[in-house]
Amino acid sequence: MSIELVNVHKAFGEKQVLKGFSLSIPLGTTVSVIGASGSGKSVMLKHIIGLLRPDVGDVWVDDDNVSRLDQESVYALRRKVGYVFQFAALFDSMTIAENVGMGLRRMDEFTPAQIRERVADCLHRVGLDGFESRLPSELSGGQKKRAGLARAIATEPTYLLYDEPTTGLDPVTTTMIDELILRMADELGVTGVVLTHDMTSAFRISDRVAMLYDGKVRYEGTPEEIRASEDPIVKGFVEGRPELMEAAS
Amino acid sequence: MTHPLEPVRAIGHGAIRSISAVGRTGYLAAEAVRALRKLKLWLPHLGTEMWRIGVASVPIALFIATFTGVVLALQASYTFTGAVPLYFVGALVGKTMILELGPVLTGLALSGRVGANIAAEIGTMRVTEQIDALETLAYDPVAYLVVPRVLAGAIMFPMVVTLASAVGVLAGWGTSLSLLDLSSPQFVRGLRLFFEPWDVQFALIKSVTFGIAVTGVGCSFGFHTRGGAEGVGRATTQSVVIGSMIILVLDAFWAAVLLK
Repeated sequence: MSIELVNVHKAFGEKQVLKGFSLSIPLGTTVSVIGASGSGKSVMLKHIIGLLRPDVGDVWVDDDNVSRLDQESVYALRRKVGYVFQFAALFDSMTIAENVGMGLRRMDEFTPAQIRERVADCLHRVGLDGFESRLPSELSGGQKKRAGLARAIATEPTYLLYDEPTTGLDPVTTTMIDELILRMADELGVTGVVLTHDMTSAFRISDRVAMLYDGKVRYEGTPEEIRASEDPIVKGFVEGRPELMEAAS
Repeated sequence: MTHPLEPVRAIGHGAIRSISAVGRTGYLAAEAVRALRKLKLWLPHLGTEMWRIGVASVPIALFIATFTGVVLALQASYTFTGAVPLYFVGALVGKTMILELGPVLTGLALSGRVGANIAAEIGTMRVTEQIDALETLAYDPVAYLVVPRVLAGAIMFPMVVTLASAVGVLAGWGTSLSLLDLSSPQFVRGLRLFFEPWDVQFALIKSVTFGIAVTGVGCSFGFHTRGGAEGVGRATTQSVVIGSMIILVLDAFWAAVLLK
Protein backbone atom coordinates (compact mmCIF):
# COMPACT_ATOMS: atom_id res chain seq x y z
CA MET A 1 0.00 0.00 0.00
CA SER A 2 1.77 3.13 -1.19
CA ILE A 3 2.04 5.67 -3.95
CA GLU A 4 4.35 4.90 -6.81
CA LEU A 5 5.09 6.87 -9.96
CA VAL A 6 6.91 4.86 -12.61
CA ASN A 7 8.66 6.47 -15.57
CA VAL A 8 6.06 9.23 -15.91
CA HIS A 9 6.31 11.45 -18.98
CA LYS A 10 4.04 14.45 -19.46
CA ALA A 11 4.14 17.19 -22.08
CA PHE A 12 1.94 20.24 -22.67
CA GLY A 13 2.20 21.05 -26.35
CA GLU A 14 5.89 21.08 -27.15
CA LYS A 15 6.93 21.62 -23.53
CA GLN A 16 8.08 18.36 -21.96
CA VAL A 17 7.52 18.76 -18.21
CA LEU A 18 8.10 15.27 -16.83
CA LYS A 19 10.68 13.12 -18.59
CA GLY A 20 10.67 9.77 -16.87
CA PHE A 21 9.80 10.73 -13.31
CA SER A 22 9.85 7.81 -10.87
CA LEU A 23 9.23 8.01 -7.13
CA SER A 24 7.98 5.67 -4.44
CA ILE A 25 6.16 6.95 -1.34
CA PRO A 26 5.82 4.23 1.30
CA LEU A 27 2.78 4.14 3.54
CA GLY A 28 3.08 6.17 6.73
CA THR A 29 5.89 8.41 5.52
CA THR A 30 6.04 12.06 4.57
CA VAL A 31 8.01 12.72 1.40
CA SER A 32 8.83 16.23 0.25
CA VAL A 33 9.48 16.95 -3.40
CA ILE A 34 11.67 19.98 -3.86
CA GLY A 35 12.51 21.80 -7.07
CA ALA A 36 12.52 25.20 -8.68
CA SER A 37 9.28 26.98 -9.53
CA GLY A 38 7.99 25.68 -12.85
CA SER A 39 9.95 22.45 -12.60
CA GLY A 40 6.76 20.34 -12.75
CA LYS A 41 6.11 19.55 -9.09
CA SER A 42 2.40 20.42 -9.24
CA VAL A 43 2.07 18.51 -12.51
CA MET A 44 3.54 15.46 -10.77
CA LEU A 45 1.16 15.83 -7.82
CA LYS A 46 -1.89 16.15 -10.06
CA HIS A 47 -1.01 12.79 -11.62
CA ILE A 48 -1.38 11.08 -8.25
CA ILE A 49 -4.99 12.15 -7.88
CA GLY A 50 -5.87 11.69 -11.55
CA LEU A 51 -6.30 15.37 -12.39
CA LEU A 52 -3.71 14.72 -15.10
CA ARG A 53 -2.89 11.50 -16.91
CA PRO A 54 0.64 10.62 -18.01
CA ASP A 55 1.55 10.48 -21.68
CA VAL A 56 3.80 7.53 -20.80
CA GLY A 57 4.28 5.68 -17.53
CA ASP A 58 2.14 4.53 -14.61
CA VAL A 59 0.91 6.04 -11.37
CA TRP A 60 -0.03 3.56 -8.67
CA VAL A 61 -2.05 4.38 -5.58
CA ASP A 62 -2.39 1.22 -3.51
CA ASP A 63 -3.31 -1.42 -6.08
CA ASP A 64 -4.88 0.98 -8.57
CA ASN A 65 -3.07 2.23 -11.64
CA VAL A 66 -4.53 5.75 -11.73
CA SER A 67 -3.51 6.26 -15.34
CA ARG A 68 -5.66 3.31 -16.43
CA LEU A 69 -8.74 3.88 -14.26
CA ASP A 70 -12.03 5.05 -15.73
CA GLN A 71 -13.44 8.34 -14.45
CA GLU A 72 -15.80 6.78 -11.90
CA SER A 73 -12.99 4.70 -10.38
CA VAL A 74 -10.84 7.83 -10.18
CA TYR A 75 -13.62 9.56 -8.19
CA ALA A 76 -13.76 6.56 -5.86
CA LEU A 77 -9.99 6.67 -5.40
CA ARG A 78 -10.08 10.38 -4.57
CA ARG A 79 -12.08 9.64 -1.44
CA LYS A 80 -8.93 8.28 0.16
CA VAL A 81 -6.68 11.13 -1.03
CA GLY A 82 -6.84 14.66 0.39
CA TYR A 83 -5.39 17.56 -1.59
CA VAL A 84 -4.25 20.84 -0.07
CA PHE A 85 -3.98 23.48 -2.76
CA GLN A 86 -1.25 26.12 -2.98
CA PHE A 87 -3.76 28.96 -2.70
CA ALA A 88 -6.29 26.90 -0.73
CA ALA A 89 -8.83 26.87 -3.61
CA LEU A 90 -11.70 27.39 -1.19
CA PHE A 91 -15.13 27.79 -2.78
CA ASP A 92 -15.55 31.52 -2.39
CA SER A 93 -19.35 31.53 -2.40
CA MET A 94 -19.51 29.08 0.52
CA THR A 95 -18.82 29.46 4.22
CA ILE A 96 -15.84 27.71 5.76
CA ALA A 97 -18.14 25.06 7.26
CA GLU A 98 -19.69 24.39 3.85
CA ASN A 99 -16.22 24.18 2.31
CA VAL A 100 -14.96 21.71 4.89
CA GLY A 101 -18.12 19.63 4.66
CA MET A 102 -18.10 19.35 0.85
CA GLY A 103 -16.29 16.02 0.73
CA LEU A 104 -18.46 14.58 3.51
CA ARG A 105 -21.69 15.56 1.75
CA ARG A 106 -20.50 13.75 -1.34
CA MET A 107 -19.99 10.51 0.59
CA ASP A 108 -23.70 10.09 1.42
CA GLU A 109 -22.78 8.39 4.69
CA PHE A 110 -23.29 11.21 7.14
CA THR A 111 -26.29 12.99 8.57
CA PRO A 112 -26.19 16.81 8.64
CA ALA A 113 -25.52 16.65 12.41
CA GLN A 114 -22.59 14.27 11.88
CA ILE A 115 -21.20 16.55 9.19
CA ARG A 116 -21.44 19.58 11.51
CA GLU A 117 -19.65 17.63 14.22
CA ARG A 118 -16.89 16.44 11.88
CA VAL A 119 -16.45 19.95 10.44
CA ALA A 120 -16.09 21.42 13.93
CA ASP A 121 -13.55 18.72 14.81
CA CYS A 122 -11.49 19.37 11.66
CA LEU A 123 -11.54 23.13 12.23
CA HIS A 124 -10.45 22.52 15.83
CA ARG A 125 -7.54 20.39 14.60
CA VAL A 126 -6.26 23.25 12.43
CA GLY A 127 -6.92 25.91 15.05
CA LEU A 128 -9.91 27.55 13.38
CA ASP A 129 -12.53 27.04 16.08
CA GLY A 130 -15.54 29.25 15.54
CA PHE A 131 -14.75 30.02 11.90
CA GLU A 132 -17.67 27.97 10.56
CA SER A 133 -19.81 30.84 9.34
CA ARG A 134 -17.01 32.96 7.88
CA LEU A 135 -16.45 33.36 4.16
CA PRO A 136 -13.02 32.62 2.62
CA SER A 137 -12.64 36.31 1.75
CA GLU A 138 -12.66 37.09 5.49
CA LEU A 139 -9.62 34.88 6.20
CA SER A 140 -5.91 35.65 6.02
CA GLY A 141 -3.58 33.65 3.78
CA GLY A 142 -2.49 31.35 6.58
CA GLN A 143 -6.06 30.81 7.77
CA LYS A 144 -7.14 29.94 4.24
CA LYS A 145 -4.40 27.32 4.02
CA ARG A 146 -5.50 25.85 7.33
CA ALA A 147 -9.12 25.81 6.17
CA GLY A 148 -7.93 24.04 3.00
CA LEU A 149 -6.16 21.50 5.18
CA ALA A 150 -9.31 21.02 7.28
CA ARG A 151 -11.27 20.36 4.08
CA ALA A 152 -8.67 17.85 2.94
CA ILE A 153 -8.67 15.85 6.21
CA ALA A 154 -12.45 15.90 6.70
CA THR A 155 -12.93 12.63 4.81
CA GLU A 156 -10.14 10.98 6.83
CA PRO A 157 -7.97 10.22 3.82
CA THR A 158 -5.11 7.74 3.76
CA TYR A 159 -2.98 10.12 1.73
CA LEU A 160 -2.55 13.88 1.92
CA LEU A 161 -1.03 15.81 -0.95
CA TYR A 162 0.24 19.29 -0.12
CA ASP A 163 0.93 21.71 -2.98
CA GLU A 164 3.40 24.26 -1.61
CA PRO A 165 1.60 24.63 1.73
CA THR A 166 3.90 27.34 3.10
CA THR A 167 4.51 29.47 0.00
CA GLY A 168 3.81 33.14 0.65
CA LEU A 169 3.46 32.78 4.40
CA ASP A 170 5.42 34.57 7.10
CA PRO A 171 7.94 32.48 9.11
CA VAL A 172 5.67 32.06 12.14
CA THR A 173 2.70 30.91 10.07
CA THR A 174 5.04 28.66 8.08
CA THR A 175 6.11 26.94 11.30
CA MET A 176 2.46 26.57 12.33
CA ILE A 177 1.63 24.89 9.01
CA ASP A 178 4.68 22.63 9.31
CA GLU A 179 3.57 21.58 12.78
CA LEU A 180 0.09 20.87 11.45
CA ILE A 181 1.55 18.64 8.73
CA LEU A 182 3.55 16.77 11.36
CA ARG A 183 0.45 16.44 13.57
CA MET A 184 -1.63 15.12 10.67
CA ALA A 185 1.01 12.42 10.14
CA ASP A 186 1.19 11.56 13.84
CA GLU A 187 -2.47 11.81 14.85
CA LEU A 188 -4.17 10.61 11.68
CA GLY A 189 -1.37 8.38 10.39
CA VAL A 190 -1.64 9.83 6.90
CA THR A 191 0.98 9.38 4.23
CA GLY A 192 2.06 12.80 2.98
CA VAL A 193 3.50 14.16 -0.23
CA VAL A 194 4.60 17.76 0.16
CA LEU A 195 5.73 20.02 -2.66
CA THR A 196 7.93 22.82 -1.46
CA HIS A 197 10.91 24.96 -2.25
CA ASP A 198 11.24 25.98 1.36
CA MET A 199 14.22 23.92 2.51
CA THR A 200 13.65 24.61 6.21
CA SER A 201 10.14 23.19 5.93
CA ALA A 202 11.30 20.23 3.86
CA PHE A 203 13.93 19.24 6.42
CA ARG A 204 11.55 19.77 9.35
CA ILE A 205 8.58 17.71 8.15
CA SER A 206 9.99 15.03 5.84
CA ASP A 207 11.06 11.44 6.29
CA ARG A 208 12.51 11.60 2.78
CA VAL A 209 13.19 14.36 0.28
CA ALA A 210 13.31 14.03 -3.51
CA MET A 211 14.57 16.71 -5.83
CA LEU A 212 12.80 17.19 -9.16
CA TYR A 213 15.10 18.56 -11.82
CA ASP A 214 14.76 18.50 -15.60
CA GLY A 215 11.64 16.35 -15.40
CA LYS A 216 13.18 13.57 -13.31
CA VAL A 217 14.17 12.79 -9.76
CA ARG A 218 17.68 14.13 -9.48
CA TYR A 219 18.30 12.90 -5.95
CA GLU A 220 16.32 11.16 -3.24
CA GLY A 221 17.25 10.53 0.37
CA THR A 222 16.69 11.43 3.98
CA PRO A 223 16.92 15.11 4.91
CA GLU A 224 20.42 14.47 6.26
CA GLU A 225 21.52 12.72 3.07
CA ILE A 226 20.24 15.46 0.82
CA ARG A 227 21.83 18.11 3.00
CA ALA A 228 25.16 16.31 2.68
CA SER A 229 24.83 15.74 -1.07
CA GLU A 230 27.76 16.91 -3.17
CA ASP A 231 25.71 16.88 -6.38
CA PRO A 232 26.16 20.50 -7.52
CA ILE A 233 22.53 20.76 -8.70
CA VAL A 234 21.20 19.52 -5.35
CA LYS A 235 23.73 21.47 -3.32
CA GLY A 236 23.11 24.61 -5.35
CA PHE A 237 19.35 24.38 -4.78
CA VAL A 238 19.53 23.44 -1.10
CA GLU A 239 22.03 26.19 -0.31
CA GLY A 240 20.46 28.73 -2.66
CA ARG A 241 23.58 29.04 -4.83
CA PRO A 242 22.52 29.40 -8.49
CA GLU A 243 26.15 29.58 -9.66
CA LEU A 244 26.63 25.93 -8.66
CA MET A 245 23.55 24.88 -10.62
CA GLU A 246 24.51 26.96 -13.65
CA ALA A 247 28.02 25.49 -13.69
CA ALA A 248 26.63 21.96 -13.55
CA SER A 249 23.80 22.31 -16.07
CA MET B 1 9.00 44.18 -41.26
CA THR B 2 6.37 41.46 -41.09
CA HIS B 3 6.82 38.32 -43.14
CA PRO B 4 4.67 38.28 -46.31
CA LEU B 5 3.05 35.04 -45.19
CA GLU B 6 2.21 36.40 -41.73
CA PRO B 7 -1.50 37.00 -42.58
CA VAL B 8 -1.80 33.41 -43.83
CA ARG B 9 -0.18 32.16 -40.62
CA ALA B 10 -2.55 34.26 -38.51
CA ILE B 11 -5.57 32.93 -40.42
CA GLY B 12 -4.27 29.37 -39.97
CA HIS B 13 -3.79 29.85 -36.23
CA GLY B 14 -7.24 31.39 -35.94
CA ALA B 15 -8.76 28.43 -37.79
CA ILE B 16 -6.97 25.93 -35.56
CA ARG B 17 -8.10 27.78 -32.43
CA SER B 18 -11.69 27.85 -33.67
CA ILE B 19 -11.73 24.15 -34.56
CA SER B 20 -10.14 23.37 -31.21
CA ALA B 21 -12.81 25.42 -29.37
CA VAL B 22 -15.58 23.61 -31.28
CA GLY B 23 -13.98 20.27 -30.37
CA ARG B 24 -13.69 21.21 -26.69
CA THR B 25 -17.30 22.41 -26.58
CA GLY B 26 -18.48 19.22 -28.29
CA TYR B 27 -16.57 17.11 -25.79
CA LEU B 28 -18.03 19.11 -22.90
CA ALA B 29 -21.52 18.66 -24.37
CA ALA B 30 -21.01 14.89 -24.52
CA GLU B 31 -19.76 14.92 -20.92
CA ALA B 32 -22.82 16.94 -19.89
CA VAL B 33 -25.17 14.41 -21.49
CA ARG B 34 -23.32 11.62 -19.69
CA ALA B 35 -23.51 13.56 -16.42
CA LEU B 36 -27.32 13.83 -16.62
CA ARG B 37 -27.65 10.55 -14.73
CA LYS B 38 -25.84 12.05 -11.70
CA LEU B 39 -29.05 13.54 -10.39
CA LYS B 40 -27.74 13.99 -6.85
CA LEU B 41 -25.09 16.39 -8.10
CA TRP B 42 -27.14 18.69 -10.30
CA LEU B 43 -30.74 18.48 -9.14
CA PRO B 44 -30.25 20.41 -5.86
CA HIS B 45 -28.83 23.37 -7.83
CA LEU B 46 -31.39 23.44 -10.63
CA GLY B 47 -33.84 25.71 -8.79
CA THR B 48 -31.16 28.24 -7.89
CA GLU B 49 -29.90 28.35 -11.46
CA MET B 50 -33.42 28.69 -12.85
CA TRP B 51 -33.88 31.69 -10.60
CA ARG B 52 -30.54 33.27 -11.50
CA ILE B 53 -30.79 32.60 -15.23
CA GLY B 54 -34.52 33.08 -15.71
CA VAL B 55 -36.27 35.07 -13.04
CA ALA B 56 -33.40 37.50 -12.51
CA SER B 57 -33.32 38.17 -16.26
CA VAL B 58 -36.97 39.16 -16.47
CA PRO B 59 -36.48 42.92 -15.82
CA ILE B 60 -33.95 43.42 -18.65
CA ALA B 61 -36.00 41.23 -21.01
CA LEU B 62 -39.16 43.20 -20.28
CA PHE B 63 -37.38 46.52 -20.63
CA ILE B 64 -36.15 45.57 -24.09
CA ALA B 65 -39.49 44.07 -25.12
CA THR B 66 -41.46 47.13 -24.00
CA PHE B 67 -39.47 49.58 -26.10
CA THR B 68 -39.32 47.18 -29.03
CA GLY B 69 -43.14 46.93 -28.97
CA VAL B 70 -43.48 50.73 -28.84
CA VAL B 71 -41.08 51.27 -31.74
CA LEU B 72 -42.63 48.48 -33.81
CA ALA B 73 -46.09 50.04 -33.53
CA LEU B 74 -44.82 53.52 -34.41
CA GLN B 75 -42.73 52.31 -37.35
CA ALA B 76 -45.57 50.15 -38.68
CA SER B 77 -47.91 53.10 -38.52
CA TYR B 78 -45.35 55.31 -40.30
CA THR B 79 -44.84 52.69 -43.02
CA PHE B 80 -48.49 51.83 -43.58
CA THR B 81 -49.85 55.40 -43.70
CA GLY B 82 -52.20 55.73 -46.64
CA ALA B 83 -51.24 52.45 -48.27
CA VAL B 84 -52.25 49.70 -45.84
CA PRO B 85 -55.14 49.71 -43.35
CA LEU B 86 -53.84 50.83 -39.98
CA TYR B 87 -55.14 47.75 -38.13
CA PHE B 88 -52.25 45.89 -39.81
CA VAL B 89 -50.14 47.49 -37.08
CA GLY B 90 -51.51 44.80 -34.75
CA ALA B 91 -50.57 42.08 -37.24
CA LEU B 92 -47.03 43.38 -37.64
CA VAL B 93 -46.44 43.90 -33.93
CA GLY B 94 -47.81 40.47 -33.02
CA LYS B 95 -46.14 38.52 -35.78
CA THR B 96 -42.75 40.24 -35.41
CA MET B 97 -42.66 40.09 -31.61
CA ILE B 98 -43.65 36.43 -31.43
CA LEU B 99 -41.69 35.09 -34.37
CA GLU B 100 -38.55 37.14 -34.33
CA LEU B 101 -37.85 40.05 -32.02
CA GLY B 102 -39.12 38.51 -28.80
CA PRO B 103 -36.88 35.43 -29.01
CA VAL B 104 -33.87 37.03 -30.71
CA LEU B 105 -33.61 40.28 -28.75
CA THR B 106 -34.22 38.46 -25.47
CA GLY B 107 -31.65 35.83 -26.49
CA LEU B 108 -29.06 38.47 -27.32
CA ALA B 109 -29.70 40.34 -24.09
CA LEU B 110 -29.44 37.15 -22.07
CA SER B 111 -26.29 36.20 -23.93
CA GLY B 112 -24.76 39.33 -22.43
CA ARG B 113 -26.24 38.89 -18.98
CA VAL B 114 -26.34 35.13 -18.48
CA GLY B 115 -23.56 33.94 -20.82
CA ALA B 116 -21.07 36.47 -19.48
CA ASN B 117 -22.02 35.72 -15.88
CA ILE B 118 -21.56 31.97 -16.33
CA ALA B 119 -18.25 32.33 -18.19
CA ALA B 120 -16.87 34.73 -15.56
CA GLU B 121 -18.01 32.61 -12.63
CA ILE B 122 -16.78 29.26 -13.96
CA GLY B 123 -13.66 30.88 -15.43
CA THR B 124 -12.75 32.33 -12.03
CA MET B 125 -13.31 28.91 -10.47
CA ARG B 126 -10.99 27.41 -13.08
CA VAL B 127 -8.10 29.86 -12.62
CA THR B 128 -8.34 29.70 -8.81
CA GLU B 129 -8.28 25.87 -8.90
CA GLN B 130 -11.78 25.60 -7.42
CA ILE B 131 -12.76 23.23 -10.24
CA ASP B 132 -9.72 21.07 -9.47
CA ALA B 133 -10.76 21.20 -5.81
CA LEU B 134 -14.23 19.93 -6.75
CA GLU B 135 -12.60 17.04 -8.59
CA THR B 136 -10.37 16.15 -5.66
CA LEU B 137 -13.49 15.99 -3.47
CA ALA B 138 -14.97 13.44 -5.91
CA TYR B 139 -17.46 15.87 -7.48
CA ASP B 140 -17.90 15.62 -11.23
CA PRO B 141 -17.57 19.34 -12.14
CA VAL B 142 -19.59 18.90 -15.33
CA ALA B 143 -22.52 17.44 -13.40
CA TYR B 144 -22.13 20.01 -10.63
CA LEU B 145 -21.54 23.18 -12.65
CA VAL B 146 -22.55 22.66 -16.28
CA VAL B 147 -25.67 20.47 -16.21
CA PRO B 148 -27.83 22.63 -13.88
CA ARG B 149 -26.94 25.81 -15.78
CA VAL B 150 -27.68 24.40 -19.24
CA LEU B 151 -30.91 22.76 -18.08
CA ALA B 152 -31.96 25.99 -16.38
CA GLY B 153 -31.25 27.85 -19.64
CA ALA B 154 -33.29 25.35 -21.66
CA ILE B 155 -36.23 25.63 -19.24
CA MET B 156 -36.17 29.34 -18.45
CA PHE B 157 -35.34 30.95 -21.82
CA PRO B 158 -38.72 29.98 -23.34
CA MET B 159 -40.51 31.34 -20.28
CA VAL B 160 -38.65 34.65 -20.35
CA VAL B 161 -39.14 34.90 -24.13
CA THR B 162 -42.87 34.20 -23.80
CA LEU B 163 -43.21 36.89 -21.17
CA ALA B 164 -41.12 39.35 -23.19
CA SER B 165 -43.09 38.72 -26.38
CA ALA B 166 -46.38 39.21 -24.53
CA VAL B 167 -45.17 42.44 -22.96
CA GLY B 168 -43.87 43.63 -26.36
CA VAL B 169 -47.29 43.05 -27.91
CA LEU B 170 -48.98 44.81 -24.99
CA ALA B 171 -46.59 47.75 -25.35
CA GLY B 172 -47.40 47.94 -29.07
CA TRP B 173 -51.08 47.79 -28.23
CA GLY B 174 -50.76 50.56 -25.64
CA THR B 175 -48.80 52.69 -28.10
CA SER B 176 -51.44 52.16 -30.77
CA LEU B 177 -54.14 53.35 -28.40
CA SER B 178 -52.30 56.30 -26.98
CA LEU B 179 -50.18 57.60 -29.87
CA LEU B 180 -51.87 56.29 -33.02
CA ASP B 181 -55.35 56.69 -34.33
CA LEU B 182 -56.20 53.07 -33.58
CA SER B 183 -58.80 51.46 -31.29
CA SER B 184 -58.48 48.25 -29.29
CA PRO B 185 -60.84 46.25 -31.57
CA GLN B 186 -58.80 47.38 -34.60
CA PHE B 187 -55.50 46.41 -33.01
CA VAL B 188 -56.87 43.02 -31.91
CA ARG B 189 -58.32 42.46 -35.37
CA GLY B 190 -54.89 42.98 -36.86
CA LEU B 191 -53.26 40.85 -34.17
CA ARG B 192 -55.57 37.91 -34.93
CA LEU B 193 -55.39 38.33 -38.69
CA PHE B 194 -52.24 36.32 -39.32
CA PHE B 195 -51.85 34.68 -35.93
CA GLU B 196 -51.07 30.97 -35.98
CA PRO B 197 -50.61 28.87 -32.81
CA TRP B 198 -47.63 27.36 -34.60
CA ASP B 199 -45.90 30.76 -34.31
CA VAL B 200 -45.78 30.36 -30.55
CA GLN B 201 -44.46 26.80 -30.81
CA PHE B 202 -41.83 28.00 -33.28
CA ALA B 203 -40.72 30.72 -30.86
CA LEU B 204 -40.57 28.24 -27.99
CA ILE B 205 -38.45 25.77 -29.98
CA LYS B 206 -36.06 28.57 -30.93
CA SER B 207 -35.88 29.79 -27.35
CA VAL B 208 -34.98 26.36 -25.97
CA THR B 209 -32.04 26.14 -28.38
CA PHE B 210 -31.02 29.73 -27.59
CA GLY B 211 -31.02 28.87 -23.90
CA ILE B 212 -28.89 25.78 -24.42
CA ALA B 213 -26.51 27.69 -26.71
CA VAL B 214 -26.02 30.70 -24.44
CA THR B 215 -25.50 28.70 -21.24
CA GLY B 216 -23.48 25.99 -22.98
CA VAL B 217 -21.13 28.50 -24.59
CA GLY B 218 -20.73 30.33 -21.28
CA CYS B 219 -19.91 27.06 -19.51
CA SER B 220 -17.49 25.98 -22.23
CA PHE B 221 -15.52 29.23 -22.28
CA GLY B 222 -15.52 29.35 -18.49
CA PHE B 223 -14.45 25.75 -18.18
CA HIS B 224 -11.54 26.18 -20.59
CA THR B 225 -10.30 29.50 -19.22
CA ARG B 226 -6.54 29.85 -18.96
CA GLY B 227 -4.46 32.51 -17.29
CA GLY B 228 -5.56 34.84 -14.52
CA ALA B 229 -7.91 37.81 -14.58
CA GLU B 230 -7.04 38.49 -18.23
CA GLY B 231 -8.06 34.94 -19.16
CA VAL B 232 -11.38 35.34 -17.35
CA GLY B 233 -11.99 38.63 -19.15
CA ARG B 234 -11.20 37.03 -22.50
CA ALA B 235 -13.46 34.05 -21.79
CA THR B 236 -16.31 36.37 -20.81
CA THR B 237 -16.01 38.49 -23.96
CA GLN B 238 -15.72 35.45 -26.22
CA SER B 239 -18.72 33.87 -24.54
CA VAL B 240 -20.90 36.89 -25.31
CA VAL B 241 -19.65 37.28 -28.88
CA ILE B 242 -19.87 33.60 -29.81
CA GLY B 243 -23.17 33.16 -27.93
CA SER B 244 -24.71 36.06 -29.85
CA MET B 245 -23.41 34.74 -33.16
CA ILE B 246 -24.83 31.29 -32.48
CA ILE B 247 -28.22 32.82 -31.65
CA LEU B 248 -28.31 34.56 -35.04
CA VAL B 249 -27.19 31.41 -36.86
CA LEU B 250 -29.79 29.30 -35.03
CA ASP B 251 -32.42 31.92 -35.81
CA ALA B 252 -31.71 31.59 -39.53
CA PHE B 253 -31.47 27.80 -39.24
CA TRP B 254 -34.88 27.40 -37.60
CA ALA B 255 -36.46 29.83 -40.05
CA ALA B 256 -35.09 27.81 -42.95
CA VAL B 257 -36.09 24.47 -41.43
CA LEU B 258 -39.43 25.22 -39.80
CA LEU B 259 -40.94 28.12 -41.75
CA LYS B 260 -40.60 26.80 -45.28
